[in-house]
Amino acid sequence: MKMKLTTLALGALMAAGPAMADLVFPSLSYRTGPYAAGGIPFADGYADYFTLVNERDGGIGGVKTRLIECETGYNTEKGVECYESTKGEGALVYQPLSTGITYQLIPKTAADGIPLHTMGYGRTSAANGEVFGNVFNYPANYWDGASGIINYLLDENGGDLKGKKIALVFHNSAYGKEPIRTLEELSAKHGFELTTLPVDHPGQEQKSQWLQIRRERPDFVLMWGWGVMNQVAIQEAANIRFPMENFIGVWWSGAEHDVMPAGDAADGYKAVTFHNVGRDFPVFDDIQKYVVDKGLAAGAGDQIGNVLYNRGLYAAMLAVEAAKTAQEMHGTADITPAMMRDGMEALEMPEARMAALGMRYFGPAFNVSCENHGGPGLVGVTQWDASSKTWSLIADFQKTDSDVIKPLIDADSASYASENGIEPRCQ
Amino acid sequence: MFYREAGDFKVSYEQDSQTFPIKFDRYRYYFVLFIAFLVIPFTINDYWASAILLPFLIYSIAAIGLNILVGYCGQVSLGTGGFMAVGAYACYKLMTTFPEVSMFIHVLLAGGITGVVCVLFGLPSLRIKGFYLAVATLAAQFFLVWLFNRVPWFYNYSASGQINAPEREAFGILITGPNAPAWATYLFCLIFLTFCALVARNLTRGMVGRSWMAIRDMDIAAEIIGVNPLKAKLTAFAVSGFFIGISGALFFALYLGAVEVGEAFGITKSFQVLFMVIIGGLGSIFGSFAGAAFLVLLPVILKVVGVDVLGWPTDIVAHFQLVIVGALIVFFLIVEPHGLAQLWRVAKEKLRLWPFPH
Repeated sequence: MKMKLTTLALGALMAAGPAMADLVFPSLSYRTGPYAAGGIPFADGYADYFTLVNERDGGIGGVKTRLIECETGYNTEKGVECYESTKGEGALVYQPLSTGITYQLIPKTAADGIPLHTMGYGRTSAANGEVFGNVFNYPANYWDGASGIINYLLDENGGDLKGKKIALVFHNSAYGKEPIRTLEELSAKHGFELTTLPVDHPGQEQKSQWLQIRRERPDFVLMWGWGVMNQVAIQEAANIRFPMENFIGVWWSGAEHDVMPAGDAADGYKAVTFHNVGRDFPVFDDIQKYVVDKGLAAGAGDQIGNVLYNRGLYAAMLAVEAAKTAQEMHGTADITPAMMRDGMEALEMPEARMAALGMRYFGPAFNVSCENHGGPGLVGVTQWDASSKTWSLIADFQKTDSDVIKPLIDADSASYASENGIEPRCQ
Repeated sequence: MFYREAGDFKVSYEQDSQTFPIKFDRYRYYFVLFIAFLVIPFTINDYWASAILLPFLIYSIAAIGLNILVGYCGQVSLGTGGFMAVGAYACYKLMTTFPEVSMFIHVLLAGGITGVVCVLFGLPSLRIKGFYLAVATLAAQFFLVWLFNRVPWFYNYSASGQINAPEREAFGILITGPNAPAWATYLFCLIFLTFCALVARNLTRGMVGRSWMAIRDMDIAAEIIGVNPLKAKLTAFAVSGFFIGISGALFFALYLGAVEVGEAFGITKSFQVLFMVIIGGLGSIFGSFAGAAFLVLLPVILKVVGVDVLGWPTDIVAHFQLVIVGALIVFFLIVEPHGLAQLWRVAKEKLRLWPFPH
């Protein structure tokens, strides 16, 4: 009997063998902890798109995708465990959705030869592909976000911000500190006055920061927040009757769950974005048909069409398109992480390609190149309407100030290169 | 049957005062060392090293350090996270300033620097006691984290405020950075853990340790019989800080590789190490190991069972982890308030008499 069981088990293992040929996409998600409100919709969107690709197209180039989800809780120690436990499965690309975990994975993925895609987060200077061969942060990064907000304010104020006061409320971590350098440069260039107000993790306590804002009366408040910090900040802004249309968040501070708790008081709050919002795209019909109706939706299935769900969907779509590019480049359906990296570097996303996927104008059209892993950095602005409970795009994707950003990226990546002895590629 | 003392004659003082007087115990100890030093390094892979063994070894060092302060000297400390941060940042500054010096020396120096800082924050312990001292060390925790966030010199003026461990060597072998082999990082931590455990064990058996315990049991009585409280308390803070600093340096340089002070060394870290000490057993070296193993391994085991074996959703498993670990802590503390070390002691007593208990 025991023999039989062993043979059975062996047989099962053999049968499970060919499953190794799947295209593996790990999802280092966080559905628990203080940042779960943002982690859940992103993870759902990411998972649902892969389910859709499997159900509708039979995988990528005929090979099924397999999503391995691992819970990090936004915690770097669990992130290490997740990375180590999934990398052996043939993981093609990592998207940790955490700047802290990204900083850890940059050297590790480089050593293991697995690409890392940090879409709109992580280390901004990774946009320099000459130094960071394995890391991609297209289509936009934090510094594009900072510049995009300032450009938008310039437009609103007739091209002049001289003498205006701008306050930055930021999460006191690597993530929140990223835009400060760019904003300082921009304040010198455009002559506005910048005040920075750090908020410590997790951000429930912001009374003193908003008291300062009330006292100093800045013209505009920018926010680099995540998790519970966002909704507290918006509530505090409402409490001091700060005009919401002058309060602009980065893309991680502009989702439904951030503005809902403040109710009508949040009406008019703005956030920048690098992808479109809402569910007015044909791809959502497919998701309804192939994923939701079949009962395959990830999580509770109640996040579809939310801002961060769309972002997860967009991230997964870009990963799938990069995998397709890699399959064409190397002429094999069964790609390795190294091939995936090549595919990401050669990725081209014209509008026609997105339209074919039922996602016309879902994000800006862009190309990735060996030198530029950050895309064109086109940034749009969305605004919250509390009565209809929807976000809408009020300013189209526009160019950011590369005169300011490019030298900063070059300087920061050059210091990383010299610290780690990296020779520039792409010659 | 096991742990039999009959026939195990001691003929010299050295034999009488050795760490493991019972022969079976001693051989078990040699066996563990043999496995740890000569078997595991040849079979280790990346997953075992970075996900399980490194955190276990490093948390064990931290728990031994805290156990000296809390378990042996009776000075409650909630500043462990902050002191680990001192070790990590000291190590980072040393690594980047003197790249050619061996990591071995950097880690030891980082421990020394932490020891000095720990003594400074231990000075109030001469006047305040118990819960009030806990609050004072809590202030140390918040002050140190604030300091490393606020002063850019500590993180070499990097834009993000993160510190990243560059590649460094010890004895010509790469120890830090992503290309360091798993066995090397493992052995490096193991050497430090063995060293710390030996030092701690022998200190606590000697005069210094006895003066700590005298202070812990009743400080006024200890003072009357001639124990100098200034010396006893400050040496406890110094030794504890030294070990915690080593663990902080290893935690940053070998285990995580990139650290952000608020996230990695926040107040939760202080509580985590304190829980290890309490669950493992106050005033016991073995308890430090047991507590660290319990809190490091249990979540991983639960995750593997829940997600990989049973195929449950990851968030349900993560919530279950909290529930199960919490319930087990309560259970252990009710059934055995002296921690896992006491369970082990009781088991040994039973085995000694087995199979003829009287």
